[in-house]
Amino acid sequence: MSGMQTTPQNGAGVGQQLFDPSAFLARQSLTELNGRDRAQALLDTGTYRELLGPFDRLESPWLTMQGVVPQSDDGLIVARGEIGGKSSAILSIEGQFQGGSTGEVAGAKIAATLDLARADTEKGNPIQVVLLLETGGVRLQEANLGLEAIAEINSSLIALRRYVPVVGVIAGMVGCFGGMSITASLCSYLVMTRAGRLGLNGPEVIEEQSGIEEFDSKDRQLVWAVMGGEQRSATGFADYLVEDDVTAIKNCIVDAFARGLPLQHRSELVEENLHRLSAIDGSRQLTSGEVRELLSKGERL
Amino acid sequence: MEKLTFEYPASQPVKQRAHVGVVGSGDLEVLLESSPDQNAHVTVTTSVDGFGTTWKLVLDRFFSRYQGAAAIEINDFGATPGVVALRLEQAVERSQV
Repeated sequence: MSGMQTTPQNGAGVGQQLFDPSAFLARQSLTELNGRDRAQALLDTGTYRELLGPFDRLESPWLTMQGVVPQSDDGLIVARGEIGGKSSAILSIEGQFQGGSTGEVAGAKIAATLDLARADTEKGNPIQVVLLLETGGVRLQEANLGLEAIAEINSSLIALRRYVPVVGVIAGMVGCFGGMSITASLCSYLVMTRAGRLGLNGPEVIEEQSGIEEFDSKDRQLVWAVMGGEQRSATGFADYLVEDDVTAIKNCIVDAFARGLPLQHRSELVEENLHRLSAIDGSRQLTSGEVRELLSKGERL
Repeated sequence: MEKLTFEYPASQPVKQRAHVGVVGSGDLEVLLESSPDQNAHVTVTTSVDGFGTTWKLVLDRFFSRYQGAAAIEINDFGATPGVVALRLEQAVERSQV
């Protein structure tokens, strides 16, 4: 794996020295902020400008029909501004609203922003796009429209990443699942915290579909050993493992854009991935250590 | 889900619009902006049915102190009266910056 890993700011010397709370207390948590405040915290001071905000009232037309209270921005914040002095857009999913699910409106906001960023980039004005992914995936109440939204997001993302890197951040606490986990995997670079989780199916869904003997969603140790940020970065699915700290996360984002486009995007390594999958014994559940060993062989995913 | 509307007399103009909160469990979002007329108007969309009287009591108390000619839209996801009162105060604070 070629991704940089930041070392934890504290806890490194556990056993040798007493816990020093000053570093911990100096941290400004990103996960404790709501979607809008996250975007504001990550953009350079004074550059935040929201597009299609709450007062534009682009809310979901489908939720009210089903007796579900909508949110005035459909749980998706589009913020323009600068990151490291460069023109940027942050797409921040509000994880507290309907589990961060992607419906028609939220999806259209993401896809349209990616398309506009590409149009600007093609005109010689590159836009750095950051996705803050806190989502359970497609919003079930909007079914096919949500699925279509994800298809549009993914094709728009692939069109944009030919020119400029697209950076995804999975900070937590929701994690990133379902269709949006595909979007995360299409990002040029992915930043995760230990609390962040990434998986095509969420723990509850796996347990519901395949039984508790297959996956115990209540077993937090198991859940994080399979899909937590530490495991995902150790096995090459994420490029940065970072503390839950605004400055540290922003530094990773700046670093990722500075690296420029990867030689090959993770999702383009089809042969390598197929080869890796063929080496996995599916008849039993592997431990996280075994998975790390298997997946750390060969090239970066 | 239930929709409720309320109207109160007002005397002060709203300086600027304000948005606070999230439609998350136990929370609500408040959109506060200038009313089209001299009265304050409140529209509540709440996930919990049958609490019209409680909403009226919370809003009566709020408007006993707040005189803004505001159009307030609330999207509620099961917030307690205390949280509602705090979010309303927060929206007013933001609108007066």
